[in-house]
Amino acid sequence: MGLDKFGIAKRISRELKDGMYVNLGIGIPTLVANYIPADISIMLQSENGMLGMGPYPAEAEIDADLINAGKETVTILPGGAFFDSAESFGMIRAGKVDLTVLGAMEVSETGDIANWKIPGKMVKGMGGAMDLVASARNIIVAMQHTNPKGESKLLPACTLPLTGVRCVKKVVTDLAVLDITPEGFLLLERAPGVSVEEIRSKTAGKLIVRGEVPEMDL
Amino acid sequence: MAGIKLIVFLDPKSCQMQKLVSGPDEAIRDIPHGATIMLGGFGLCGIPENCIAALARKGIKNLTCISNNAGVDGFGLGMLLETRQIKKMISSYVGENEEFERQLLSGELEVELNPQGTLATRIQMAAMGIPAFFTPAGFGTEIAQGKEVREFGGKSYLMEMALHADFSIVKAWKGDSLGNLVFRKTTRNFSTSMAKAGNITIAEVEELVAPGELDPEEVQVAGIYVHRIFQGSNYEKRIERRTVQLL
Repeated sequence: MGLDKFGIAKRISRELKDGMYVNLGIGIPTLVANYIPADISIMLQSENGMLGMGPYPAEAEIDADLINAGKETVTILPGGAFFDSAESFGMIRAGKVDLTVLGAMEVSETGDIANWKIPGKMVKGMGGAMDLVASARNIIVAMQHTNPKGESKLLPACTLPLTGVRCVKKVVTDLAVLDITPEGFLLLERAPGVSVEEIRSKTAGKLIVRGEVPEMDL
Repeated sequence: MAGIKLIVFLDPKSCQMQKLVSGPDEAIRDIPHGATIMLGGFGLCGIPENCIAALARKGIKNLTCISNNAGVDGFGLGMLLETRQIKKMISSYVGENEEFERQLLSGELEVELNPQGTLATRIQMAAMGIPAFFTPAGFGTEIAQGKEVREFGGKSYLMEMALHADFSIVKAWKGDSLGNLVFRKTTRNFSTSMAKAGNITIAEVEELVAPGELDPEEVQVAGIYVHRIFQGSNYEKRIERRTVQLL
């Protein structure tokens, strides 16, 4: 069972707080924008050079000069701003962006992340991922708990080439919400209908379970 | 005190500082085989379409191209890949192009991948005359190999070098004949830094205006950085991912 990608995005949206500047990566993280609670307002940063990123445009509003970091046509909200990529990564490095949400192929129990390269396969490049994980104040990973082969993506140590070291703070998967602590993955919440035993069996890294683990409140 | 005589500046309307060129072919006329060229744009957004087409016509080879991406099949830098004019790409993300993949796997093409912020800042540092800088991006990963590591405030950083080019080619929205440039929306991307970093900078603009028509408050790249400028034509502005809101 577990959550679908929309459920993962919805759960991550609960981490958003009023006034935050947030960078959402490609894939599930982008979906988080669909679940921003109505009573808070956040500013989305797109690392090609925009703050205040809005939804996809209506057909008549499409503008080739206005795209996001995923090269999708988007809009800009009132109060938004444009800047160049060097400045964009400057604000990321300087810690101005409060929260980064991105996908991963592997996360280690010490917060290392691998998400850019699979040896033997065509390497497309890291894009902005290495800059974001090295500098963001808070990093949440959105991903499936296991890979298509059923193998755990939460490991004692990453096996794939790293994107960054000791940087991930929280992981939200189809099965669970986990914090990265000095002792390992601390299980905070279970997806509805998912047992602690199932999570334990699918987590290869060190899993810490303290007392009763509540179900996610979606 | 005797009155200080005002220095009379050249009237920019009569002196065009010889930056105006007739078009892309004249602008790139002296780019030689083996040159290192920076090309502005992010994906296909804000790429110098006219000059890329002129480079393809000119047929110069063994180019090292610095650009965040490598275009798509048959458009943008993809055009120069199809004609085998590129020897090496310095980029951050190159996944949108089958010809690129084929040439990379066959060993015809060399690629140096940089984290996107590192790439942008290497160019910016060249523009600012700073030879190197320290960034945390890539520390502890394979791109740290061979790079100096320094600790500042308990955090580890890699030393990265400024990135220079023989020629920079950018596309701006508006420009004047003195080389002042204004960019539109997210087309600033890598282009403003690249425009300032090239040994020779070529700007193609959608709208060329006379000096004085751009508000000096709004100029994003000052004319001092730009050596050649022309009004481009027939911009296709192809969209890579056309996403619309479902109403």
